[in-house]
Amino acid sequence: MTHQLPALPYSANALEPVISERTIHFHYGKHHQTYVNKLNDLIKGTEFEGATLEEIIKKAEGGIFNNGAQVWNHTFYWNCLQGGGQQEPQTPLMQAIEDKFGSFEKFKEEFANAAATQFGSGWAWLVKKQDGSLEIVKTPNAENPMRNGHTPLLTCDVWEHAYYLDYQNRRPDYVKEFWKIVDWEKVSHRF
Amino acid sequence: MTHSSKILLAGLFITGMFFTSCQQAQERTEQQEKPNNAYQQTENQKLEIQKLEMTMKDGKHVLPELPYAYDALEPHIDARTMEIHHTKHHQAYINNFNNAVEGTDLAGKDLEDLFSEMSLHPAGLRNNGGGHWNHTLFWEIMSPNGGEKPGGKLLDAIEKKFESFDKFKDEFSKAAATRFGSGWAWLIVDHNGELQVTSTPNQDNPLMDDAAVRGNPILGLDVWEHAYYLNYQNRRPDYISSFWNVINWAEVERRYEEMIG
Repeated sequence: MTHQLPALPYSANALEPVISERTIHFHYGKHHQTYVNKLNDLIKGTEFEGATLEEIIKKAEGGIFNNGAQVWNHTFYWNCLQGGGQQEPQTPLMQAIEDKFGSFEKFKEEFANAAATQFGSGWAWLVKKQDGSLEIVKTPNAENPMRNGHTPLLTCDVWEHAYYLDYQNRRPDYVKEFWKIVDWEKVSHRF
Repeated sequence: MTHSSKILLAGLFITGMFFTSCQQAQERTEQQEKPNNAYQQTENQKLEIQKLEMTMKDGKHVLPELPYAYDALEPHIDARTMEIHHTKHHQAYINNFNNAVEGTDLAGKDLEDLFSEMSLHPAGLRNNGGGHWNHTLFWEIMSPNGGEKPGGKLLDAIEKKFESFDKFKDEFSKAAATRFGSGWAWLIVDHNGELQVTSTPNQDNPLMDDAAVRGNPILGLDVWEHAYYLNYQNRRPDYISSFWNVINWAEVERRYEEMIG
């Protein structure tokens, strides 16, 4: 199986001014594409040649894991975002967020804190655990919560390449702006 | 010009799955699994630590001045990257480190001594202390008058260890290119006085007690994306190629020769 770069669910400038077209050009067109290319090279002749990305995330190690997980993580990230204006979570996700975190505002604070404090490269996630409850987790580099049996609902990429052209060292500003482009319709549907 | 001083630090490695590190013959560390190979665990390892002179004011770390202008390394490293890297990233590590140690007995401790017992301390000290030290070294081992290749004893040692300067460049460049995520590539002098190329994640460095390969860094390359993204974006290998044009080999040689006496 040859992995392909999936199409962006919107145009490259749709997320402006939160995320610039230039950032999308590199992030989607170069970084995401490179993970796809490297994964296809690495899996040749291995047990993962016919594996799905989910199987690779659960079982692989080293370069195959890193590139496979980054292909999945980026596709998921693009599908957490939209450029049509600020949204809020829908019921029953909103109810679950309020039950777990007290309020939507408190959830956003906790998520932003996870994103700000993931040292180095990584991801912040809202996940649904196996018992159905919500949790915020952060993972370094390519790591993905599915490896621990969680179902990702929302992610924010905090590798510097996700925001450096637009925000430089100001990661908290990127995370603050991120809320304006979250596709809560898709995230709520996932839940 | 920064001067370095030396102290002797002995770390005792004991046979087995676990190791115990003794510092100053008194302080016992917690037992911890080591990624090092069995050979290293059975050796009595003496690492002579080469200290950086850190800029201090009122007992706190302050941002060292760059030994050259922000635009001095252009076109290899652009002025905007240098300024943000120095005044924002490096400054933030210093601020966070000062805040973390304020009022504790770690406030006056040399960073190298902290690294020798790093596994005992919380991640914030590792990340910010490492970030401060690593960047301090990084600014010193670059120069607008850099490039070419080293000479003297260092060149001899490189050719002995890596066969040729070009093969060393290949190995170092590969370490820098293949460090996944954020981190650093290093040329170090290990406890046997031998050169090694290694890399570390995030703001770790080879002086830390749990580094996979320990030793004194004499050359370091920052491969966090913030070090090159404004100028090179996803092209980390191009940034690594350009780095060879700005290496301050005189300073790297000085550090090496001081180490080997």
